[in-house]
Amino acid sequence: MSKKKRWLSGPYVLWMVIFTVVPLGVVAYFALTDNITGAFTLQKRANVGSYLPIFLRSVGLSLVSAVICLLIGYPVAYCIARTKPSTQRLLYLLVMLPMCMSFLLRTLAWVALLEDTGILNTFLGKLGIGPLPLIRNYAAVILGMAYNYLPYMIMPLYSVIVKIDHRLVEAAQDLGCNSVQVFSRVILPLSLPGIVSGVTMVFVPAVSTFYISQKLGSTGTILIGDVVESQFKGAYNPNLGAALSLVLMALVFVCVGLMNRFTDDDGEEIVTI
Amino acid sequence: MRRANRIFTAAVFVFLYVPMFVLILSSFNAGRDLAVFEGFTLIQYAELFRDEDLLRLLLNSAIVAVLSSLIATALGTMAAIGIHNMRGKLRSLVMTMTNIPMTNPDIVTGVSLALLFTFIGGLLKTRNVMGFVTLLIAHVTFNLPYVILSVLPKLRQMDSDLEEAALDLGCTPVQAFFKVVIHEIMPGIISGGLMAFTMSLDDFVISYFVYGPRFVTLPVEIYTFTKKPLHPKVYALFTVMFLAILLVMVLMNVLQARDDRRRKAGRSH
Amino acid sequence: MPHELIRLTNLTQVFDGETVLDSINLYINNQEFLTLLGPSGCGKTTTLRIIGGFQTPTSGDVLFDGKRINDLPPHKRKINTVFQKYALFPHLDVYDNIAFGLRIAKLRETEVDERVTEMLGVVSLKGFENRKVNSLSGGQQQRVAIARALVNRPKVLLLDEPLGALDLRLRKDMQNELKRIRQAMGITFVYVTHDQEEALSMSDTVVVMDNGRIQQIGTPEDIYNEPKNAFVADFIGESNILDGIMHEDYVVEFCGRKFQCLDKGFGPKEPVDVVLRPEDVDIVPLGQGQLSGTVTDITFKGVHYDIIVDLKGFKWLIQTTDHSPVGSQVGISLEPDAIHVMHKSEYSGQFGDYSSYSAEFDELADNVEEDADE
Repeated sequence: MSKKKRWLSGPYVLWMVIFTVVPLGVVAYFALTDNITGAFTLQKRANVGSYLPIFLRSVGLSLVSAVICLLIGYPVAYCIARTKPSTQRLLYLLVMLPMCMSFLLRTLAWVALLEDTGILNTFLGKLGIGPLPLIRNYAAVILGMAYNYLPYMIMPLYSVIVKIDHRLVEAAQDLGCNSVQVFSRVILPLSLPGIVSGVTMVFVPAVSTFYISQKLGSTGTILIGDVVESQFKGAYNPNLGAALSLVLMALVFVCVGLMNRFTDDDGEEIVTI
Repeated sequence: MRRANRIFTAAVFVFLYVPMFVLILSSFNAGRDLAVFEGFTLIQYAELFRDEDLLRLLLNSAIVAVLSSLIATALGTMAAIGIHNMRGKLRSLVMTMTNIPMTNPDIVTGVSLALLFTFIGGLLKTRNVMGFVTLLIAHVTFNLPYVILSVLPKLRQMDSDLEEAALDLGCTPVQAFFKVVIHEIMPGIISGGLMAFTMSLDDFVISYFVYGPRFVTLPVEIYTFTKKPLHPKVYALFTVMFLAILLVMVLMNVLQARDDRRRKAGRSH
Repeated sequence: MPHELIRLTNLTQVFDGETVLDSINLYINNQEFLTLLGPSGCGKTTTLRIIGGFQTPTSGDVLFDGKRINDLPPHKRKINTVFQKYALFPHLDVYDNIAFGLRIAKLRETEVDERVTEMLGVVSLKGFENRKVNSLSGGQQQRVAIARALVNRPKVLLLDEPLGALDLRLRKDMQNELKRIRQAMGITFVYVTHDQEEALSMSDTVVVMDNGRIQQIGTPEDIYNEPKNAFVADFIGESNILDGIMHEDYVVEFCGRKFQCLDKGFGPKEPVDVVLRPEDVDIVPLGQGQLSGTVTDITFKGVHYDIIVDLKGFKWLIQTTDHSPVGSQVGISLEPDAIHVMHKSEYSGQFGDYSSYSAEFDELADNVEEDADE
């Protein structure tokens, strides 16, 4: 270990201070000042409270989609981890690939699938059913979130499950566990770190999304991301936008902090390609 | 039980890929509506390669992705070596800073950088502060943690005696890095750089807040496209990119398989 | 002609407030085979790393040929190291690993080739030039590591537990190999190990360390026959350590009896530690020895028996070729030269009735340390 080498981090630390830490300070500054006079104010921010229902809706929808991702993702990750290594690599790649493709266009494809005159309803129409209201509702928004962020769930789950030593399973069987007990007493506790990081990786982008809800939802499903976006790109009020961002950030950090209490992970590992 | 799980897994893959096949299929559709297939055509591809604006956007995205991932890889690798030599409070402080852009929602990162740039623009008395530079800075910022978090484990796995052995045999610290250490951590550098590149190429949320009208990237433009009906040549572009990324991934897969085999051969003795 | 090559004066190393080396004074002659011996955490590896230049001492000096080299970086020292787990460069083959240092020194490629080829002969690895290093066996990797260091013709070779990863037989072979190589090359070896047998059989000089301090420096015979304190007596070989009182020169009392011994120079009535090596104690028919006791345990060890004898509650370990059944009463006879008297030290009374240092336990302790490092 060399103390001199620490200085190699210098440029990086400087960069991160200027472009990560300082900007958060700027957000806080904007959040606490008036958009016209520039004076410090808390009064103008009192209306942040009126966005509570939208916050709650965002958290609710993204939690539901995170749980759905977990329920769908776990068996898939488990299945991939139990195939032979060459198949594992191929399947892992197939999970990764959608993440590299434009998520805007993929979400748009769901619009085409779910619309009243879309592919599914056309198909159902030929069977004499429908048209069903598949879009512009909560379910469609949850579907969009779950679809978009499912790979973020499968990847960390897979990398944890694949590392579980199969001898542990055999040891559990040897000690009298049936297959359900093997799962609940050995495999599930050991995959907890993957569950935590998967849920976090789905929840964070989902709670702050502003595109999925615009395309698949309606005016009744506006999320907090939409409100923030409109403060910067539509009704220009960066101070309110900054205040809402600050609340959003605090919310995410509290949730991530709570999740991380389940594991003693040092957070220095990530899923790599 | 296992069989049921396999069927379920297959179904999930169908779920993941159906929307993409809809888009790919649409690129060959003679009609404009995604929902109705009106006949096979390649005309969208011809249109795509004639559309200089669209190709320009793609080039812009590629420029930002290449530059930002290269800068992030160099800066991040250096930083990882520095962090690897830290202990205790200093290390956790720097790691916390690294985790901020990873944990923070993209929209908050985008908004905070936008406000910083506006603020600096105000100080410099320029109205159009947003442009190529701000976009590049933003991309480097969110790419850096990916590089660091994929190089750090490689440094940790490396036998630290290797570097000392190089010094012992007469290398200066710089020589020791380029002759020995870099070979050991190269897989981490490559995968971090590639991850940064793909993240950067596809980034929309952060770019959306810090781009300027003089320099627009493809995802940002697609967002503004999608507010009006989308031209089918965009689906052709999607298909081309799908194939390109598939190719890159298969290549990486082959390389990794070779690396694994080599490693296994090393261990078996 | 032996002359002093390396001198360490008042060397102290502190890590995070913990003193790892406490005022080490030591000189090493050229062509000497010197071994730093001690349990894990005793400071032997730290001492080696300071000589190699991988660590800067908190205080004290390192002199090389009379010049202070505290701040000289490793690549400027005429010292090379054989690392514990070899540290061969996995991206280079055997030849390129050995040629590494010569190429860094920018030697002409013809000379590089000459010296590498010569070195491959010395370590009996001709024909392995183009093999990948991780396709070699442990012993072969060890030879490459030695060749890679020696090809640079260092004045001193540092070896950090170089045989630790090898199995017992290979270790014995490599011990002989190392002795042979050193005689052929005629350079100074500084060797670190926790294996006392290895230290005794290979070295000219053994330095026993514990707790960051040197406990004793001497030839292998000195260290074994005249341990300076209970720690050295216990760490080197097996021993029975008893409380005694020195009455006058050549007379010591223990187990309620006075014995003739060969030690002198203690204060009147000074409390002392008495060391009895298990192989120096004789079992004789009851009534014939100075002491008597009951056999409580006997274990066949091949060359001899390990016999535990209970003497009024104290258990002695005795090694003898004669069988004595459990429960039998036996006499115990001690010759004056079987008795070693030592001053009391911080280690007195730590080692129970009889004791033998367990290498296995030491390795366990090593693992715990590595885990804590993660």
